[in-house]
Amino acid sequence: MYRYDELDQALVDQRVAEFRDQVRRHLAGELSEEEFRPLRLRNGLYIQRHAPMLRIAIPYGLLSSQQLRTLARITRRYDRGYGHFTTRQNLQLNWPALADVPDILAELAGVQMHAIQTSGNCVRNVTADHMAGIAPDEIDDPRPYCEIIRQWATLHPEFSYLPRKFKIAVTGSAEDRAASEVHDIGLQLRRGAKGEIGFTVRVGGGLGRAPAIGQVIREWLPLPELLAYLEAILRVYNLHGRRDNIHKARIKVLVKALGTERFRAEVEREWQAGREHAAQLSAAELERVRGFFRPHAYESLADCDTSSAREPAFHAWYRYNTRPHRMPGYRAVLVSLKAHGAVPGDMTAVQMEGVADLATRVSFGLVRSTHTQNLLLADVPQRLMHEVWRELAALGLATPNIGTLTDMIACPGLDFCSLANAGTISVARQIQERFDDLDYLYDLGEIEVKMSGCMNACGHHHVGHIGILGVDKHGEEWYQISLGGSANGFTALGEVIGPSVAQHEVALTLERIVETYRELREEGERFIDTVRRVGITPFRERAYATHPAAA
Amino acid sequence: MRHILRQRELLTDEWRYLGEETADADPLIVPLAQLRSDPLQWQRRSGALGARLGPADAVEELGPLLPRLALVALEFPNPGEGRGYSQARLLRGRFAFRGELRAFGAGVRQDQAFLLARCGFDSLEPPPGTDLEALRRALTRYSVAYQPGSAQVELRQQRFGALGRRADESFCR
Repeated sequence: MYRYDELDQALVDQRVAEFRDQVRRHLAGELSEEEFRPLRLRNGLYIQRHAPMLRIAIPYGLLSSQQLRTLARITRRYDRGYGHFTTRQNLQLNWPALADVPDILAELAGVQMHAIQTSGNCVRNVTADHMAGIAPDEIDDPRPYCEIIRQWATLHPEFSYLPRKFKIAVTGSAEDRAASEVHDIGLQLRRGAKGEIGFTVRVGGGLGRAPAIGQVIREWLPLPELLAYLEAILRVYNLHGRRDNIHKARIKVLVKALGTERFRAEVEREWQAGREHAAQLSAAELERVRGFFRPHAYESLADCDTSSAREPAFHAWYRYNTRPHRMPGYRAVLVSLKAHGAVPGDMTAVQMEGVADLATRVSFGLVRSTHTQNLLLADVPQRLMHEVWRELAALGLATPNIGTLTDMIACPGLDFCSLANAGTISVARQIQERFDDLDYLYDLGEIEVKMSGCMNACGHHHVGHIGILGVDKHGEEWYQISLGGSANGFTALGEVIGPSVAQHEVALTLERIVETYRELREEGERFIDTVRRVGITPFRERAYATHPAAA
Repeated sequence: MRHILRQRELLTDEWRYLGEETADADPLIVPLAQLRSDPLQWQRRSGALGARLGPADAVEELGPLLPRLALVALEFPNPGEGRGYSQARLLRGRFAFRGELRAFGAGVRQDQAFLLARCGFDSLEPPPGTDLEALRRALTRYSVAYQPGSAQVELRQQRFGALGRRADESFCR
């Protein structure tokens, strides 16, 4: 993984000192809440329902064991002994005290971490495919480019006060596991005829109030032009994006208003005119950063036969929670943060330490967070699978449900978030309880459930095979259900099936939907494919069969 | 009397904004619209001439006037306003403007100072009552940066270079 040099370290240290002074001025009354707000947001600090919420950056989801242990220690010392992994691969603390935040940031800086630009109207954490570097179908490892973009975007003098937040994702494989088409900029790695690296550039994707799928504005961007081209996009957006209405300020609105063609022309013009003064990516710098992401010193192993293990539970876990690896004899292991009865994405300090230790022993001391709110041990020798399973099971992290209905994404919702209209945690629990039978889940197969507590769509509900959106109806929490969304390679926005349902009916409605699927599916057909084939009508009819709103 | 920070020095501003009491020899800052409506009238003045742009003004419109201008003032009506950073980079880079580049308005605060200077502003006019010493100190909060930028800020280390130095020679490294 990338290691800070003197520059990187000085920058985060100086950032901590700056923020410490800003907090001091705020607490001394020199900075009003209104003045302090944009400053704290740029350091990941929200003021939430109960307490501040601190969002810690995990650049493209990559953590060392040491960093994960530090996160565990921080949650113990400054919070309540757990953290919440987000869909943008970051970690949120729900209960830190404002006055402690500079110390937390200093501890993070001590292990080459920060919370810079995890909120606010600036370039946010750059995300990547969690299978980066190990996926058999990979064109190139996206992480060096993510790291370069991270550095370029950090405290960017020109782009620190954008009209609105700005999210960039890089994907290196044919299968888009980074949901790059629903980002402000989605970069898809490509190889040219001579093996050279380039990107297909998509702009204007995003969820939130007006979901949109990113439009291709350049099929082929040569790698050396990466930063100059990003600068051109950001400059066009910074100068022309709307600032009069927060709901119309994302780049997707500008792309729509100008039309993709005109937006593209503006960017190309700006790129050509601005190249001379834009940041340059030198070959030496590229090599320096790439050097941190070279393949590990893998043992020369043969693929193992794990079928001799006795326990059916192990086989289920192996099937659902592990993934093929590029190297023979290795496999990637998903650490399920979706135990039934737990909050999706939550992890206790004990679990963090357990996974950190495990990673040190079996996976080169590295852990990844995924955009589906799980962790990944990327490089585990197959011969250790059984042992890893037992250890994860002992930590409560081996629920064999990855890719199934209960591996759902959920934002923190009304219980924590001051933006939310409705709770997500109790609904997640309700769903986990109703779908607690693993055999039933396995029969349903691959189903992505994504739930957000409000229109801001942190839970990506628009791109869930089943999307759940919490809405406020006369002070009560109701839930709108959509079907047919997808963000994996074939990006589609879900269609709302009808009127929202009451909180206690969400899991029941889901059951009716999946029962409809069971009746309609053809041999081997996945849920999403059935929805695409038959449309939402049969699901709607069934979902509201005895629902008063259907009358 | 207005106080500003120019090239890191605390100074009394000798410039006047159009509408303020002024003599013909005083340096005068005129809004873009007025400048454009009758450029010759303003150029006949004996004193130095400056232009004032709002966040929505396109710097391209200054084009033909730029060689005559000793100052361009860009407005930051609030701290969240970010267009002026791009305007400044365009003026210093593409338009090779070497005169005084001033940031003024309620958005010019110590927490923005470093970024403003890195974009090429060499003069900061914060709202009245601002602690100018604190503003000056804020210019040295960081000793490192990733991006290319103005030499207004001395850095120990900087990561990405830029190809062209054309007009930025005195400003950009």
